[in-house]
Amino acid sequence: MKLNPAAIAINSALAVAAALALFPLVWMLSVSFMTPGEASAFPPPLLPQEPTLANYRELFAREGIGRYFFNSLLLASCATLLALTFNVIAGYAFAKLRFEGRERIFGALLGAIVIPTQVAMLPLFLLLKSIGLVNTYAGVLVPVLATIFGIALVRQYALSIPDEMLEAARIDGASELRIFVSIVVPTLRPILVTLATFTFLGTWNDFMWPLIVLSDESLYTLPVALASLSREHVQDNELMMAGSVVTILPVLLLFLVLQRQYLSGLLVGSVKG
Amino acid sequence: MKLNWAAWAFITPALLVIAVFFLLPVLAGLALSFTDFDIYALADLRNLRFVGFANYIELVRTPLLWTALGNTLYFVGVGMPLSIAASLGAALLLSSRLARFKPFFRTALFAPVVTTLVAVAVIWRYLLHTRYGLLNYGLEELGFGPIDWLGDPRWAMPAIILFAVWKNFGYNMIIFLAGLQNIPEELYEAARIDGASSWQQFRHVTMPSLAPVILLVSVLTMAGYFQLFAEPYVMTQGGPQQSTVSVLYFMYEEGFKWWNLGFASAIAFILFLLMFTVTMMQLYVARHREAT
Repeated sequence: MKLNPAAIAINSALAVAAALALFPLVWMLSVSFMTPGEASAFPPPLLPQEPTLANYRELFAREGIGRYFFNSLLLASCATLLALTFNVIAGYAFAKLRFEGRERIFGALLGAIVIPTQVAMLPLFLLLKSIGLVNTYAGVLVPVLATIFGIALVRQYALSIPDEMLEAARIDGASELRIFVSIVVPTLRPILVTLATFTFLGTWNDFMWPLIVLSDESLYTLPVALASLSREHVQDNELMMAGSVVTILPVLLLFLVLQRQYLSGLLVGSVKG
Repeated sequence: MKLNWAAWAFITPALLVIAVFFLLPVLAGLALSFTDFDIYALADLRNLRFVGFANYIELVRTPLLWTALGNTLYFVGVGMPLSIAASLGAALLLSSRLARFKPFFRTALFAPVVTTLVAVAVIWRYLLHTRYGLLNYGLEELGFGPIDWLGDPRWAMPAIILFAVWKNFGYNMIIFLAGLQNIPEELYEAARIDGASSWQQFRHVTMPSLAPVILLVSVLTMAGYFQLFAEPYVMTQGGPQQSTVSVLYFMYEEGFKWWNLGFASAIAFILFLLMFTVTMMQLYVARHREAT
């Protein structure tokens, strides 16, 4: 082993940075297993004295976090399916089908990206209220059905599909729908996984819109429920850490599994957006 | 044009959704900001009146708007450069040929990005706790008195900025990493042959090559940071002494707590205008610099 001082410096710096990034998450996990009140001490304990599941039991039995978990899972799954359907069909059409006004419409969509979504929130709330969708699952899903980002992401990837492949299928007499289902969708598979991961994580983590549109506690998603719990249980650190674990762990695991697709999508999305 | 109908059938559903649930509300929001839409109009639309620029005029006279604008600019102005510096630093370390365990470090540094904002804000509220928080414990060991992070108007915003940098730096780090990989190795070799030190290589090869990426990253980060909302909502509820009320938090309270939807729409458009102006300025400065 040769000891290169530069290598030691760089790797130690990386180790410190990684420790800082991970520490709050590891500590959250540790505190979530402490007995109630244990974390409110000075100096703050790093590890639980007697690890216990009491906080999780309380969350599921008394605070009904299972229900919020179900809501989050259901909404994120539905959002993913719906967003995939709308965005993939449209993104493919913008990339590969020729029609009048294509560039102009797509250009207008890209231009609209500069408008922050919050500008639409107040009127959207009134619109949903008038059609009875406030305080429903559907109300949460409406803004993520089709997104400009999703269409642009799919379009960018679909541009690489060779035209000859589609032409050959057309000459064989396949309908456009059939071409889409049996040729385009399999080719687009990597970007579908990317878009699905983005949508799932985005919906799971979203806070402001569900907070606005949901008023019935039984419909709350995990972030909305957690924010409300944290206002009620200001002092119950152990309980709140357990709630954070339940909220964060699923998306963290999903990210670890689909890391490659997620990061490549991030790059394509950023370059376009 | 035989394909026309199929193409339209493919794009219409998505376009319809975007038009009805995004573009239409944006236009309606603009209209709404010229009305006195409040809780009475919510009950009965006949109470709705067109008031011209009255909302905007009243806003300009509302001290909280200026506080919120100041807080938001503080968050963006300090948080954005800090985040970008942290991202660039991490990316430079990770792209070094001497770095080991790169996939592990990359994943670890990126992990905070995918976590749920509300949940990590709850964790940080505990980390920043005046009496039991680990941050103050560490400071005390180093000989600094306890800081009331979230209870002192001078420290609440710095605490939120610190949190935001931790949460977000991994995102831009990935973009920088890709940018660094695109710099041709020959440029560094040429610089080394000319006897350039590591710092000179960074200054004269890395930075100029990264300029477009830095512009992209700063535009994206700025747009994100102007939308500050969940952090103050969970960690400080806008306090102490309104030191963490952001423009969006102000809009949320006016719109969905007090149901002054007309007034809140005017706030939303002021934010939009501000974001648009700053983005244009960034692009202008970048283009200007490119030209010289």
